[in-house]
Amino acid sequence: MFLKFSLRSMFYGAGGGNDIQWCFSQVKGAVDDDVAEADIISTVEFNHSGELLATGDKGGRVVIFQQEQENKIQSHSRGEYNVYSTFQSHEPEFDYLKSLEIEEKINKIRWLPQKNAAQFLLSTNDKTIKLWKISERDKRPEGYNLKEEDGRYRDPTTVTTLRVPVFRPMDLMVEASPRRIFANAHTYHINSISINSDYETYLSADDLRINLWHLEITDRSFNIVDIKPANMEELTEVITAAEFHPNSCNTFVYSSSKGTIRLCDMRASALCDRHSKLFEEPEDPSNRSFFSEIISSISDVKFSHSGRYMMTRDYLSVKIWDLNMENRPVETYQVHEYLRSKLCSLYENDCIFDKFECCWNGSDSVVMTGSYNNFFRMFDRNTKRDITLEASRENNKPRTVLKPRKVCASGKRKKDEISVDSLDFNKKILHTAWHPKENIIAVATTNNLYIFQDKVN
Amino acid sequence: MMLSKGLKRKREEEEEEKESLAVDAWWLDPGHPAVAQAPPAVASSSLFDLSVLKLHHSLRQSEPDLRHLVLVVNTLRRIQASMAPTAALPPVPSPPAAPGVADNLLASSDAALSASMASLLEDLSHIEGLSQAPQPLADEGPPGRPTGGASPGLGALDLLGPATGCLLDDGFEGLFEDIDTSMYDSELWAPASEGLKPGPEDGPGKEEAPELDEAELDYLMDVLVGTQALERPPGPGR
Repeated sequence: MFLKFSLRSMFYGAGGGNDIQWCFSQVKGAVDDDVAEADIISTVEFNHSGELLATGDKGGRVVIFQQEQENKIQSHSRGEYNVYSTFQSHEPEFDYLKSLEIEEKINKIRWLPQKNAAQFLLSTNDKTIKLWKISERDKRPEGYNLKEEDGRYRDPTTVTTLRVPVFRPMDLMVEASPRRIFANAHTYHINSISINSDYETYLSADDLRINLWHLEITDRSFNIVDIKPANMEELTEVITAAEFHPNSCNTFVYSSSKGTIRLCDMRASALCDRHSKLFEEPEDPSNRSFFSEIISSISDVKFSHSGRYMMTRDYLSVKIWDLNMENRPVETYQVHEYLRSKLCSLYENDCIFDKFECCWNGSDSVVMTGSYNNFFRMFDRNTKRDITLEASRENNKPRTVLKPRKVCASGKRKKDEISVDSLDFNKKILHTAWHPKENIIAVATTNNLYIFQDKVN
Repeated sequence: MMLSKGLKRKREEEEEEKESLAVDAWWLDPGHPAVAQAPPAVASSSLFDLSVLKLHHSLRQSEPDLRHLVLVVNTLRRIQASMAPTAALPPVPSPPAAPGVADNLLASSDAALSASMASLLEDLSHIEGLSQAPQPLADEGPPGRPTGGASPGLGALDLLGPATGCLLDDGFEGLFEDIDTSMYDSELWAPASEGLKPGPEDGPGKEEAPELDEAELDYLMDVLVGTQALERPPGPGR
C-alpha cells in the first residue's frame, strides 16, 4: 500500500489533483446568510512558507491566520489555521479634488519572503499600497524603579538606586504596524501588485499604467507601462492584471481586457510600452458572438512556480501558456462551458464581468479556479482529469471527503447533478489560494473562508 | 436628479417591454438552434438598448469602472455595426463637439471619455427605430446645467461636473420638481423658446424623425458654438 502510494506520487508529482481526496478542514466567517458588505472577502494569499494565510475584505481589514505546529507523528491532519492577527489596513478616503470616495476594499495582498523574525506584506486598495510589518512580542521589560505603580515619575530625590529592567515573559501579542505608505501614484484603480524576485522592488498596476517601486522609497515610483491613449476617446483596452516573473527580475507580464498578454523586459527600455512578446490566441470563428470580447477579457495571470509557464483566466476557461510560444496556449481547460449559451443573461445581470482568479499548486501539476454556486474546479495537467467541488457548510465535518459535483448542461438531469438553471450566480468563488508546499487550499466564498486538505492516511 | 428620474422611468418601461419581447428573446432559450451557431448578422434592438442602459449606468458612477465601461462600449460598437452597417453612420468615435477638451487635473480622462461616449451615443441615437436610447445631448446643454456625475464633456463644464456636481444636483432637483420629466427624456437641451420643432410635446422620442431638419441643425450648431466659447482654453504646453 505504501509503495503504491509513493510510486503514484513520484509519477504524478506531489499534487495529483485526482489522486487526492479533498476533505473539509475548517471554515472561517459568519454563519448567517445575511452578508455584511464589509465582510466580503476580496483577496486570499498564503505566505511563502504556507504557515500564514492572509485575507483582505471589503471593509479594508486584513485577517491573518497561522497554522498551528502539529505533532507530526500523531496527527491525522495537518495543523489548523487560527487567527493570528487582525488589523485595519485601509480606511475609506475622500478625494477632495474629484469629490470622490476611495473605497477601502483590499484588492490584493502579497507577502514578502521572511528575512527576520517579523513578517511583511503589501496590501493595496484602489489607490494606495501599504507595507505592513507583523511582529510578535512575547516579553516585556519590567522593573523600572523610576516610576510609581500608576506610571507617574517618582520624585528624583527619593531615588537612591537605579535598577536595570529585565525582560519577563508575557502573553503573546501580535502587532501590525504600517512601515511604508505608497500613495498618489495611480489615477486609475489598482488591480495588481507583484513583488520582484530581487525582493527590493515591486510593481503596481492600474487600468492604464504600471509603476515600479522600491520598497524603501515612498515618494517616487517609475512608470514602466502606460497604455493611456493621447485621446481618451480612442480607449478600447485596459490592463487587467500584472505579475513579475518568479526568477527573472527584469521580466514581467500584463494582461488586457482584449485577451492579450504582453511580456516585457525592463532591460530593453525604461518605458516598457513595447512588449518583448505578445501572447494571443486567435478567436474561434464558430464561437463568435457579441460577447466574444467580454469573455476573452483576462481576469488573472499567474506564473508557474518554475517560471516556464503562465496561466490566464478568462470568463469561461483557464489557459496555460508556454513562455516560448506566443500564438496559442499549450493547454486550455473549460471551467464552465455550459455558460456559453447563457451569455446574454449573464451580460444582463453583469455576471459576465465577474473576475475569477486562478492558482497553481506547489509543483505546478494542478491548477485551480472558482465558479458559481460556490463550486470550484481543479485541473490535473498530467492526468488531464478535472474535478468540481463545492464549498458549503453542509459538508462541514472534518475529514469528510468532498463529493465531486456535476453540472448538467442540457437534457435529462441525472441524480445528484445540478442543472444550469438551478445554479446560484450570487454564490461566486472568485478567490482561491494553494499552499506553496502542501495540499492545503483556501477557498473564499462571499464572506466565508474554507480550508480543505487532502486526506492523510 | 432629472436624468436619473428619466432613466428610472425608462427602466420600468424597458422591463414592461421585455415581457412583450419574450418572443424576440430567442437567445435566452438554450434549445433554440440559432443559439448554438454564430449569432445572426443583426442583434435585437433589446440587446442594443440593454447595452446603452449599461453604458449610461456606468457613466453615471462618480468614478466609472474603466474596464466595465470599455467592454460595454466595445460591445455596443459591435452591435451597432451589425445593425447599421451603412455609410450613413458617422465613423465611431468621431467627436463632433468636444475637440478642445483640456486634459486637466480635475476631470481629465473621465470627462474626455465621457465626451467620446456622449458623441458615440449621439451618433447612435440617429439610427432609425432606436431613439428609445436616452438622448445624450444633455452633455452639451447650455452652460449652468451640469448633468452631474461623470458626464459633462466640455471644458467649462468640467469644473461644474464632478467637483461641484453633487452640490448642484440637489439644487436642480428642487428647480425641476414640478416639471414633467418626459420633456427631458427626449430633448434635454431644447429650451421652448427657440422655434424648434415641438419634439418634446409629442412624448418620448419614439415618434421623432431620425433626421434633423435645417432649423434644428442650425440650433444645434449655435448651442455647440456657444458652449465651446465657454471652454477653458488649453493650458500652456499642450
